[in-house]
Amino acid sequence: MPGSVRIGAGAGFADDRIEPAVELVERGELDFLVFECLAERTIALRQLERRRDPAAGFDPLLRDRMSAVLAGCRRRGVRIVTNAGAANPHGAAAVVADVARAASLRLRIAIVLGDDVLDLLDAPDAISANAYLGSEGIVEALDGGADVVVTGRVADAALFAGPLVHAHRWARDDWEHLASALTVGHLLECAGQVTGGYFADPGVNDVPGLADLGFPFADVGADGRIEIGKVAGTGGVVNVRTCTEQLLYEVHDPARYITPDAVVDFSRVWFTEVGESRVSVHGVDAGAPPATLKVSVGSVAGFVGEGEISYAGPGCLARADLALEILEKRLRDAGLDAAQFRFERIGVDATRRGADAAFPHNPAEVRVRVAGRVRTEADAERIGREVTGLWLNGPAGGGGARRRVTEEVAIRSTTVPRALVPTRVEWVEV
Amino acid sequence: MRLRDLAHARSGDKGGTSDITVVAFDAAAYDALCRELSPDRIRAHFADLPISAVDRYELPQLHALKFVLHGALGGGVTQTLNLDAHGKCLASCLLALSIQAEHESPHD
Repeated sequence: MPGSVRIGAGAGFADDRIEPAVELVERGELDFLVFECLAERTIALRQLERRRDPAAGFDPLLRDRMSAVLAGCRRRGVRIVTNAGAANPHGAAAVVADVARAASLRLRIAIVLGDDVLDLLDAPDAISANAYLGSEGIVEALDGGADVVVTGRVADAALFAGPLVHAHRWARDDWEHLASALTVGHLLECAGQVTGGYFADPGVNDVPGLADLGFPFADVGADGRIEIGKVAGTGGVVNVRTCTEQLLYEVHDPARYITPDAVVDFSRVWFTEVGESRVSVHGVDAGAPPATLKVSVGSVAGFVGEGEISYAGPGCLARADLALEILEKRLRDAGLDAAQFRFERIGVDATRRGADAAFPHNPAEVRVRVAGRVRTEADAERIGREVTGLWLNGPAGGGGARRRVTEEVAIRSTTVPRALVPTRVEWVEV
Repeated sequence: MRLRDLAHARSGDKGGTSDITVVAFDAAAYDALCRELSPDRIRAHFADLPISAVDRYELPQLHALKFVLHGALGGGVTQTLNLDAHGKCLASCLLALSIQAEHESPHD
């Protein structure tokens, strides 16, 4: 497509693979590369990390990601946008600057701020409150010449819409073109999920080369035309099925996909395969966004203690049930609140609560799991220890016991008026 | 036959709500899904989940149905004791559903 802009997805979540981004930079002929690193509760968890260490609070893999791609991006003129700033965008920008200095690169880094709205809320128990910003801060940063844009919480789709709005100089109320920009964002925000990841089901949906899955890019014309593709020779596939699954992923009413930039209508979108792993997107539409911004509020929610132990061979299910019976009694006798517990058998009824009667239950092995939410770390430790205690004191042949304790954060959603959340951009020059 | 013979599926999550996309392999299968997959049927299939309501949206041009299972994940990713906190496995569990075959499956 003449005059089109190419934008790639370098990560779809905090732990995502690093090599696919390097491949996109070296062989993808990109204009922009986006790293999406924030799930629903990530900022709250990063805030807990920052409480323990004021220098932390941003994406822990940021240094590795930047070390892998920064020189290539500078050489090829690829500009980076990432929400890896999480609960500490300044700290993240310092890491990017550090990596640039170590590689003798000159760099203009923009920090998009304004998402932290904890001071606006009357929520004494909250440890974090972050508004989902739109693309305007990213557009301002790119208009100002940023090579790397670091943000905290920004709507995932806006990370991609920002570079497209900047490159094509689309107006903030140009709903037709914003619809294209945000649809690209939604299709690309989970990276490998549109190139065949989270999709393969042998015999139904076969995907080649999942071990070397390529990440996606989109070509977006000045007229809003969209084609989704990936680097030739990489693993995975882009087809109508992968695009359909990703278009509707985590969307509720498909006619109202709400973002801070626009409300997008996916209800008439359709796809055509126009080449090998190349799909054209049609029928996008959008209208004005709400006057409020969504805010995720994080608070500490006690501790979860967990323990697991395996049983195998003839009678393993009966021994697992005996183990659960023992655990229930001992945890009840310990005075812990039994309403806060989960007792289950992995391999039978753990991911699918309520055993499915349609499946035969003669497993070769089964894994007992107990999990409980309690107020103190000591009580959480107790839960796991009751499970490891079954090694010597439980049913025959218990093996592979593991236990762990997790400090939990709870997330709730609220909204704030847009006017109370000004976005601002700060700069770091290297 | 099972739903897996007619469709592929993907689940996602927002807070305590699970959403499942079911994509039919062709137009005839989509008609069968529209007929068979009522919100009540979905809710009954996941009877052990604390679902408060199921919404269904139809996307005929994509041969897709979207189900929104309110409350299915308990307290959601951050407050649930579920092993699969995000309900990622639920779409696969749904594909076990039995479907009456007025329709000839592409796999038959």
